[in-house]
Amino acid sequence: MDPDLVLLLNGIVSGLLLGGLYAAAATGLAVSFGMLDIVNIAHPALMVMGAFSVVLIGTALGLDPLLVAVLQAPLFYLLGILIYGVYHHFFEKRGEEALQGLAFFFGVMFIIEVGLVMAFGPEQRFLDPPYAFITWRIGEIDLPLRMLAPALLALAALGALHLYLKRSFTGLAVAAVAQDAEALRLMAVNPVRIKRLAFGLSVALASIAGGALVVVQPVDPSSGQIFIGRVFAICIMGGMASLPGCLTAALLFGVVENVTATFYGPSWSPAVAFGWLLLVLAFRPQGLFGRMA
Amino acid sequence: MDHLTRRQFGRLSLAAAIAGAGQVAGVFPALAQSANPIRIGFAMALSGGLAGNGRATLLAYQIWAQEVNARGGILGRPVQLVFYDDQTQPGLVPGIYTKLLDVDKVDIVTSPYATAMIAPAMPVVMQRNVTFLTIFGAGVNEAFKYDRHFNVNVVGDNMKETYATGYFEVAAMLPAPPRSIAIAAVDNEFAQKAAESARYHAKKRGIRIVYDRSYPPSTVDFTPIIRAMQSGRPDLVFIASYPPDSSGLVRAANELRFTPAIFGGGLVGPQLASFQSQFGPLLNNLVTWDVYSPEPTMDFPGVATFLQKYRELAPREQTDLLGNYIPPYAYAQMQTLEQTLTRIGKIDQAAMAADMHAQEFDTIVGKFRFSALGEWAEPRNLFVQFQGITDNELERYKRPGAKVILAPASLKSGSLRTPYGAAG
Repeated sequence: MDPDLVLLLNGIVSGLLLGGLYAAAATGLAVSFGMLDIVNIAHPALMVMGAFSVVLIGTALGLDPLLVAVLQAPLFYLLGILIYGVYHHFFEKRGEEALQGLAFFFGVMFIIEVGLVMAFGPEQRFLDPPYAFITWRIGEIDLPLRMLAPALLALAALGALHLYLKRSFTGLAVAAVAQDAEALRLMAVNPVRIKRLAFGLSVALASIAGGALVVVQPVDPSSGQIFIGRVFAICIMGGMASLPGCLTAALLFGVVENVTATFYGPSWSPAVAFGWLLLVLAFRPQGLFGRMA
Repeated sequence: MDHLTRRQFGRLSLAAAIAGAGQVAGVFPALAQSANPIRIGFAMALSGGLAGNGRATLLAYQIWAQEVNARGGILGRPVQLVFYDDQTQPGLVPGIYTKLLDVDKVDIVTSPYATAMIAPAMPVVMQRNVTFLTIFGAGVNEAFKYDRHFNVNVVGDNMKETYATGYFEVAAMLPAPPRSIAIAAVDNEFAQKAAESARYHAKKRGIRIVYDRSYPPSTVDFTPIIRAMQSGRPDLVFIASYPPDSSGLVRAANELRFTPAIFGGGLVGPQLASFQSQFGPLLNNLVTWDVYSPEPTMDFPGVATFLQKYRELAPREQTDLLGNYIPPYAYAQMQTLEQTLTRIGKIDQAAMAADMHAQEFDTIVGKFRFSALGEWAEPRNLFVQFQGITDNELERYKRPGAKVILAPASLKSGSLRTPYGAAG
């Protein structure tokens, strides 16, 4: 096969796998930022907190990191409910959620990062499952399980969330609260309760993303910083409240980054990927799968 | 929003500083009662991306201070460390040094770790004509040309010509002369200078550069870089990277079964215990820049004792478990200060600078002198190779043989094994 074609195919495949990790990181944010309009800038930090927790529990019990990530998700759901409770009480209820709410989540992010340094030290932590060292080779295409397994978990989590939002009553209520909280109140559903539940879900998803992150790379307390720009960009490009849009944007982001890195150098990757975001917003301000207000 | 955010940052910084001060008080309970201590002030990365090395540096300083105080201090005065967390944010550094010098009125300032944090402190220090003893900077004073700057680091003055010398000396050990090289470097000052040195030597030796790219520190997936390198079929690979990316690059090279004759260069990361513990046998035959290895050729007086003490404290302080990278040099930095003060008999910034320019220092990392620019007059960039690694145990890194020194010739302790990716 032509060497350039091999490079291109591998760039696309590795980009799709990388996009899987981005999808895992962005799905929770699609709920909190996209649906609830809460600018949770601490989402990547919560993901890293989830990753540290996975390392701690997984090492102690000898369990697979992805399994631990799923098992610990209910605890993070409760943490999300707690965080939303504080946010709602001090900011949202007073109508000060815009700027002061952002400052609140900035503070949460910083506290998580410093807290992790205090608790675990600043060193990189890792938990490599045995399959992280296996690479499947299909023809000329490499499929490292280190990237494939987290991508599959991300897809599964995203699919489950999509079904929940489309098929269950509370799921539909979450979608409704994103559109019109007052209308929901008229239907005798407490929008604060629904938002609390949805925010809890978004933090639970951050925990699952943390498990995916540990398999892909070692983590340190500041690992979340490199994801902040990307996950918000993916949410916006996908169309805020749209989960299929989030997935598509994440995969597109990964492919554009990796193909650019392969052929034009990795320095261009972020510029080209974020350039795509600008292009999409120029022609579809509502994002790839978003609806015009 | 800015106001609130800064306030939150400020409060947390204060909390971190108090926590830090608490650590000092815990280590030196007697200090609180000591009158007129010599106060040594510095910023240090205790959180953020450089915190791993920052905290290891701090622990080395604390060990030194404890020993000095147990001996009765310097010039009859105990030493006290006054430090603040710079959070690995260069923007915070000038403010910290202004506070240290103008508010805390410390007697002496030393630097944060490392190049990116030292540079923003320089103008503040220079305005006050203070002698500045730095740790692991790389060519910071090339721009400032400050005659009271002294840097404890093996890289020396002319990084472009000297940094990669050892790597190409190792390449010359290959059975067939290498014909091509691939170079990749993260976008930061140290790595870019390292890559520049590799380019300089490759051109000087007529080695064709088949790949030469930089990458941003925010890169997540490194397989495109390795795959693009692989397509050029280089004999040599020179990478200049920091810990998070070193990890991704080594992992990607193994996943793609990349086996050049020499793979390595200026990776920062493989020197650290967490990296060695994670990668184990995947490190076999990696040739990389280093500063210390417990080989017989580097058994300087005092280094083994220091490392033993450091390793006893490291688990509790949650810092690098082995201390084979920066800690001996951080301790040597403080020995340098101690030797200067003892010689001149007073705290006098001009006299300290004059002494540092004139004298040789005898430390646990060996003897060295400073050049006119305050770098090591004789560079000592080590290029080591991981050999015979069979598992992820760290004990082997406390003994000779796991990380043999290939260059410089004066410290050589083993022979090159090739290619990368072959069993070690």
